[in-house]
Amino acid sequence: MTSDALWFVGRGSGVISLVLLTVVVALGIGARSGRTPFDLPRFAVNLLHRNAALTAIVFLAAHIISLLIDPLAPITIFDAIFPFSSTYRPFWQGLGTLGMELMAAILLTTLFRHRLGARGWRAVHWLAYLCWPVALAHGLGTGSDNNTWWLWAITMICLAAVAAAVFWRVSPRFDPPRRRVAVRPFEEVR
Amino acid sequence: MTTVAEPRLLGEPVEAYVPKLDPKQVIDLARQAGLTGRGGAGFPVGRKLAAVAATGRPAMVIANGAEGEPGSEKDRYLLTHQPHLVLDGLQLVARACHASALFLYAPPAALEPVRRALWDRRREAVSVRLAPAPSTFVAGEASAAAAAVVGGGAIPADKMVRLAKREMPTLVQNVETLAHLALVARHGAEWFRTRGTQDEPGTFLATVGGAVVNPQVVEAGYGVPLGELLAAAGGPSGPLSAVLVGGYHGGWVPADPELPVSRAGLDSYGATPGAGVVTALPASSCGLRETARIVEYLAGQVSGQCGPCLNGLPRMASALSDLAHHRIWLGMTSEVDRLRGLVTGRGACHHPDATARLIGSAMRMFHEDVTAHLKGECVAR
Amino acid sequence: MRLHIDRTACDGRGLCAELLPELLESDEWGFPMARGSSGVPEELTRAARRAVDRCPKLAFHLAPGS
Ligand code: SF4
Ligand code: SF4
Repeated sequence: MTSDALWFVGRGSGVISLVLLTVVVALGIGARSGRTPFDLPRFAVNLLHRNAALTAIVFLAAHIISLLIDPLAPITIFDAIFPFSSTYRPFWQGLGTLGMELMAAILLTTLFRHRLGARGWRAVHWLAYLCWPVALAHGLGTGSDNNTWWLWAITMICLAAVAAAVFWRVSPRFDPPRRRVAVRPFEEVR
Repeated sequence: MTTVAEPRLLGEPVEAYVPKLDPKQVIDLARQAGLTGRGGAGFPVGRKLAAVAATGRPAMVIANGAEGEPGSEKDRYLLTHQPHLVLDGLQLVARACHASALFLYAPPAALEPVRRALWDRRREAVSVRLAPAPSTFVAGEASAAAAAVVGGGAIPADKMVRLAKREMPTLVQNVETLAHLALVARHGAEWFRTRGTQDEPGTFLATVGGAVVNPQVVEAGYGVPLGELLAAAGGPSGPLSAVLVGGYHGGWVPADPELPVSRAGLDSYGATPGAGVVTALPASSCGLRETARIVEYLAGQVSGQCGPCLNGLPRMASALSDLAHHRIWLGMTSEVDRLRGLVTGRGACHHPDATARLIGSAMRMFHEDVTAHLKGECVAR
Repeated sequence: MRLHIDRTACDGRGLCAELLPELLESDEWGFPMARGSSGVPEELTRAARRAVDRCPKLAFHLAPGS
């Protein structure tokens, strides 16, 4: 492969990964609602969430590997492990490294969640809400595409999708009445 | 004989005495005596001890005096009257299962006498930690007690998940059970069996209340006739329509003086002696109203964790209260039955099951009242 | 194997009942309810395992016994 092709693969897989990640986050937020989006069966939303996440990780791997082997791309293994250490746009590129590490943490804890227990797993899973904006910012801020209109457009669509999911989640009419009441009528001991 | 005569636990307060027994001897004694738990479930103590000892790991032992049942007084009474007997029993159990941590879990007021008793025993190298129990109904449930003594909320947990976590093995025993064990260690298993019945040996503490002249804690052998129990509390204060045995998690039985108070004797009414709460209902009160009031209380005591219990109990309570107050709608009795089936077996603790069982016993016991209520009448005088 | 649901963790969104309609239905509040017994027949163990894996609350378990 020529360096040009590698450059396109690197950029393209990054964008695809970002879009998939957005789908994952939006589904994850929406899945906690009393009603599923588009009245999909709940298991379909659940499987879509998982499969999109796994695919996003595959594309993320492609993104990183192609940039590592591209002789013209200014990153090293070192940069891909330690965030904010790069000489080329250290902040924006560091966000990418940080996002990848957050995703790795989420992936690993999810694989071992039955051992880990619901509480620990959920705590780490919440990092997704940090990971996704980090990835979004990394996409906009790094590389040479930050002045092209289409990357901005994609970023905006991603933002809109997650905002819509949040709206779906919090609108009260999607929580059927007489579900769990949040009261714990218990005084704590000590 | 199965009479109220010669109290054991309620005799003269005793001093501390823990005979030198090895773990196996304690377990064998409990087995030979046929001692069962006095907290309500009535599980054989020997089997429970053996199971914990068999893990070979140091255990956590909890003396449970939480007594969430509003009608029950006996654990508090025992802790005040005979704290040393409870502590003796706790030490014996601790020895039987190599306990590394001992707790006494009871309402704050009941901990005071225990604190004094522990001061008397300060020379012994045994440390018992005192844990205050909240005054909620499910606080006395075993897994709630286990959570509370280590500083968590006093709410039940899923048994299977708790076991899988491989925490320290935990043994929760009612304080009355421990006191009986201490007596068995002093007087032997044979002596213990001289009271009660062949299958249900020993005495139990009953909190006799409701429409009786002198509500009080009474000690009697299992199988004691209901009339004798009521007589020990001064007898009925008037004509009775029924008696609630086993407390709010128990069942209604007829006010028949001959009825033996034992598992075997009460089984046909779907009741058990439970934790010994015996409440007489005067003929002037409506059994349905009383049950509706109890179920409303129980629905309010749901710990808010399990969906079917959280949603089902308030629904049963409102249907029952409609029936009790003559707000009749079509199919209300079959709806009550359906809801009972819906909640049974579907909670982490047996709160929904026991509530459904109580309602079932009320519907049977007061079936004439039900018919009358459906017609807009009432049979209470 | 038999199904075991940790009722203290289950949120009653009914995912498991969708994945295992042969064994589970949702009650009127959405909480899973065994149709008949909670035993899992041989031919459904794989499906049951998948449902266990998908439960978002880790409330759904397979326990030994029947
Ligand atoms: S069954 Fe009811 S009382 Fe028991 S733990 Fe569950 S919600 Fe709480
Ligand atoms: S999938 Fe899990 S949380 Fe959802 S209803 Fe089934 S057991 Fe409950």
